[in-house]
Amino acid sequence: MLLTVLVLLPAVAGIVLMAARVPERAAAWGWVAASSVVVAMVAWTWWGLDPDGGIQYDVKVRWIPTVDASYHVGLDGLSLPLMALTAVLFWCCAIWSLRRPERARSHAAIFLLLETTCLGTFAALDLILFFLFFDLSIVAMYFVIAGWGHGDRQRSALKFFLYTFVGSLALLLGFIGLFLGSTPRTFDIVRLTANPPWHDAPGTASLVLLALFIGLAVKTPVFPFHTWLPPAHTDAPAEGSAVLAGVLLKLGTFGFVRIAMPTLPDAWQRWATWIVVIGVVSVLWGALVALAQTDLKRMIAYTSVNHMGYVLLGLGAVGVLARENGDAADDIGSAGVAATGAVVQMVSHGLLTGALFLVAGILWSRGRSYAFSQWGGLSRVMPGFGVVLAVAAFGSLGLPGLSGFVAEFEIFAGSLAGVPVAVTVAVLGILLTAGLFLRALRHLLTGDLTVPDGVDARSIQDLTASERVSIVPLLALSVAVGLLPWLLLDVVGPAADDLVALVAR
Amino acid sequence: MSAALLALVLLPASGGMFLLLGRHRFDRGAVPLALVLGVAGVFLAGTAAVTRASLSVPFLSSGGRAVVDGADVGLAVDGLSAVLTVTVAAVALVVSVFAAADHEARSSRARFFGYWLLFVAAMQLTVTATTFPALLVGWELMGATSYALIGFRWRAAGKTAAGTTALLTTRATDLGLYVAAGAVLAGSGSLSLDLVGLGSPWLGVASTGVVLAALGKSAQLPFSGWLSAAMQGPSPVSALLHSATMVAAGGYLLLRLHDGLAGPATVVVVWAGASTALVLGAVAVAQTDLKQLLAASTAAQMGFVVLGAGAAAAGSDAGLLGGAEHLTAHAAVKAGLFVAAGAWLSTLGTKQLAGLRGAARRTPAVGVAAVACAAVLAGIPPLSLWTTKDEVLAGVQAAGLPAGTVLHVVALTAGALSAAYAAKIVALVLAPWRGPSAQRVSAATTVAALVLAASAVALGAVALPAVRDAAADLLGVPPGQGPGVGALVLSGSLALVVGAVVLARPAVAGAFERTSLAPWLGTLALLRAVGRGALGLARAADRTDRSLDHGVMALSAGVLATARIVEIADVRGIDGAVEGAAVGTVGAARRTAVLDDRVLDGAVRRVAGTAGHLGVLARRPQTGLLHQYYAQAAVGVGVLFLVLLIVR
Repeated sequence: MLLTVLVLLPAVAGIVLMAARVPERAAAWGWVAASSVVVAMVAWTWWGLDPDGGIQYDVKVRWIPTVDASYHVGLDGLSLPLMALTAVLFWCCAIWSLRRPERARSHAAIFLLLETTCLGTFAALDLILFFLFFDLSIVAMYFVIAGWGHGDRQRSALKFFLYTFVGSLALLLGFIGLFLGSTPRTFDIVRLTANPPWHDAPGTASLVLLALFIGLAVKTPVFPFHTWLPPAHTDAPAEGSAVLAGVLLKLGTFGFVRIAMPTLPDAWQRWATWIVVIGVVSVLWGALVALAQTDLKRMIAYTSVNHMGYVLLGLGAVGVLARENGDAADDIGSAGVAATGAVVQMVSHGLLTGALFLVAGILWSRGRSYAFSQWGGLSRVMPGFGVVLAVAAFGSLGLPGLSGFVAEFEIFAGSLAGVPVAVTVAVLGILLTAGLFLRALRHLLTGDLTVPDGVDARSIQDLTASERVSIVPLLALSVAVGLLPWLLLDVVGPAADDLVALVAR
Repeated sequence: MSAALLALVLLPASGGMFLLLGRHRFDRGAVPLALVLGVAGVFLAGTAAVTRASLSVPFLSSGGRAVVDGADVGLAVDGLSAVLTVTVAAVALVVSVFAAADHEARSSRARFFGYWLLFVAAMQLTVTATTFPALLVGWELMGATSYALIGFRWRAAGKTAAGTTALLTTRATDLGLYVAAGAVLAGSGSLSLDLVGLGSPWLGVASTGVVLAALGKSAQLPFSGWLSAAMQGPSPVSALLHSATMVAAGGYLLLRLHDGLAGPATVVVVWAGASTALVLGAVAVAQTDLKQLLAASTAAQMGFVVLGAGAAAAGSDAGLLGGAEHLTAHAAVKAGLFVAAGAWLSTLGTKQLAGLRGAARRTPAVGVAAVACAAVLAGIPPLSLWTTKDEVLAGVQAAGLPAGTVLHVVALTAGALSAAYAAKIVALVLAPWRGPSAQRVSAATTVAALVLAASAVALGAVALPAVRDAAADLLGVPPGQGPGVGALVLSGSLALVVGAVVLARPAVAGAFERTSLAPWLGTLALLRAVGRGALGLARAADRTDRSLDHGVMALSAGVLATARIVEIADVRGIDGAVEGAAVGTVGAARRTAVLDDRVLDGAVRRVAGTAGHLGVLARRPQTGLLHQYYAQAAVGVGVLFLVLLIVR
């Protein structure tokens, strides 16, 4: 019940804001209030979770009994951290948006709706429910980009919509494939996990995995399905980019750990090497292309491809290790470390890239440009901006003391036993990200003071209160995870070990 | 006393964070805080060293226990780390005194000492680490804070670029440590910092990774160039980073892990060390800038440490003893020389050797310290580097390495080069001077330089058998024989002769300046070229990525074109049929109405009306918006599947 309230509360709040025609300014604060309640509820849920207890807070209500689809939601150590990330990031975006966007009321309402779709996807334990929330998130994000973006926003929004929507159709096909292979037939994820479909038909299982993979890979995104991401980010408003990169990409990676790996363990093991290859290509490709960018926001967008590649590397390595060790994996060891790292990476990327996109939004609000060539020496006039950009950048390049290091170290160390060559190549990614972020810092913060034409350099304002309050918590949480990773690992670790055991069946 | 060990790392770390968060508000309190923490650091390091403290702090743990063995932050002090941790704390304190007085660090003191303290904490963590997570945290934080310190005066052109070069080069080699950690986990199921007992192939992978990381950090060939760029940093930063810390960390790591390194890795280590000692020694002789000379000399002297570690890896205890002694003695020597260079840069306004003519006469106290340090650096008997170098050479001999004689000759030549560049400094700073005397060097700087010089000279005591035995005991190696008298006489007289020649005829060293040794043999240009190459590759990838995007767009344009065709068919065909049906129905109705006007009229009108309405409705979805077509198609597909499933 608590979980249902948690999931639906933002959407209800959004509808109330719209229906009651709440004044624009009050609506912005209404969003802050609603998302604060969500944060509090997630914290309460975290407090009450038993990390070793499997799925908890679960509710199952009959919905479409003929196909055994039900309203089934629940939480475990894999989904709760992502729900917490969602709650925090939306709260930060609510604070950020106190800067009065146009049509603040519908802005708040659409974001609240988006929050419900994200929370719902993470909580869903039924494929149809998962798909419903997953697809609605695309619709809501389309309106965010098209309604509040800048530049060529209609085109970018449409591209985002079409691309991810086609991806979700593949996902639906995969879900139907899972359904058809189950006995008795069901859309229930828990039942599908307990009794994996198609375990005696490897060819069909592979095809179903392919459909799931394409659907989730578009959303994640991994090479070569990533080209919708840069324009969507470049033209989205800052808070939209933060949510898109911070939360929506995780819907894809979460699909792997919640659905693809547990329900098709044999196929995952069989194709694990290829999944690792796709992960490594994404790591290098994302980092290389990011290095070539001349626009801060496009650069950050491409680093997402890089960071999500590590997730795939870790999850693929789990499959390889499961294949090599077989059922006898009584010491989960390396595979558990890799799986944990992949989940931590999802959270870490959400925090840091969310912060980076908000920081990029500061640049836009000051001079309507993200181009490196238009800015320089900003630490002279905006020292606070320099600090938050530098901290977020160093976090993103994997500096110890921030969350990215924990995630990437675990992925590398855990995966190496299974895929040594892939890891040795993939570590180059953290060198390239170091290079690209240091380059960005040098261009933007140091050297002579440069601002876009028509901007008065002396009147540029450093961080405002809402910018500070929205960005600092994200960085603080990243530091907390970086220094005391066990805060997160206590919850993720047991669930990741369970995931490894499921894949090793 | 694990509390002392914990405080040794946490105290400077939290002090540094405190200063950085407070920013300009703490500028006034930064110096006292740094000095107090420096003194505390020496005390804590001493306590931890004497008590051989060890502790473990939860890091990568879940449910209260480490996710795998060694996944926590493990710290411990053994003989080797006892030597290093005390050296680091002592040098950091003395150089802090210099930094407090130096003008280059006068502005933004909270920021300067904030990063400074963080850096010291990271180095102490590196020195005492017993697990890979602990080592990597210290190692990488040290790299990042060195970036901030080298680029401290970021407003000036080129400073941030120099920091970037240093950080990127060291991080490139740090990748080896990530791979090594994974290999150790794969081979032993543990993340403890220990390569002993690993099987093939993990031992080879782990050894390669560790060696790569160590060579990069210690600025050994071919990675030496970053050290040249790092000289852009303020003098106190050079004095700290390039004596007891940072570059020392690489040599230290090899000494720490020497007993687990695989055979081939050992050969690489030995030759990397020997060739760096030789080549960078020659580069040092060719420099015309004092800080550049000292930097090249640092890489060369680290070469001896690396050589000693290689000999130790090949089974020679003297290699370990010599490497550790050389590391410690060099720390004092080089810190002293960098302090002197910094003092001259502030008072005489230059670090060009030509401008430092007679510098020792113009600033006598600093001059004495500098000349004493230079004499130690030259390897003049009976000063410290003379014996420690010979200890390393004895280790090389005892190790029985392939081509051992060649190694020995290379190392001896490298030793002679040390005498040459040390004499080059001395010849200039002691040259006669009749100009105006310089402004006074601050007392703090003078004290710092003299303390470091005195320590460097005093460390010559390791030549005494009793002291040497104590050192061997500390490191846990059998005392053995030590370098023979013949070897000591040979290297000592070589140093004296070469030093005397350069003092008498400075042109001998000057000849080096006109060779390609002066620009560091292109090692820095090499690093920059690699950077440019990566950027070029990135741009090519970017172009390919855009083509990929165009491909996707072309595909969707194709879909769009198909959709248009379907739409036309839809409008002309289906919609037309619906309307035609409506019209036909109406016509039929009219004809029927003639037959049965009263009975059917109302019903037919309703049918016609409904059909017409359906025609309108059928047009409504044709909004021309592609995404809505997709949505309709998706809903259609979904419904179709569900119907199929339900009635199957």
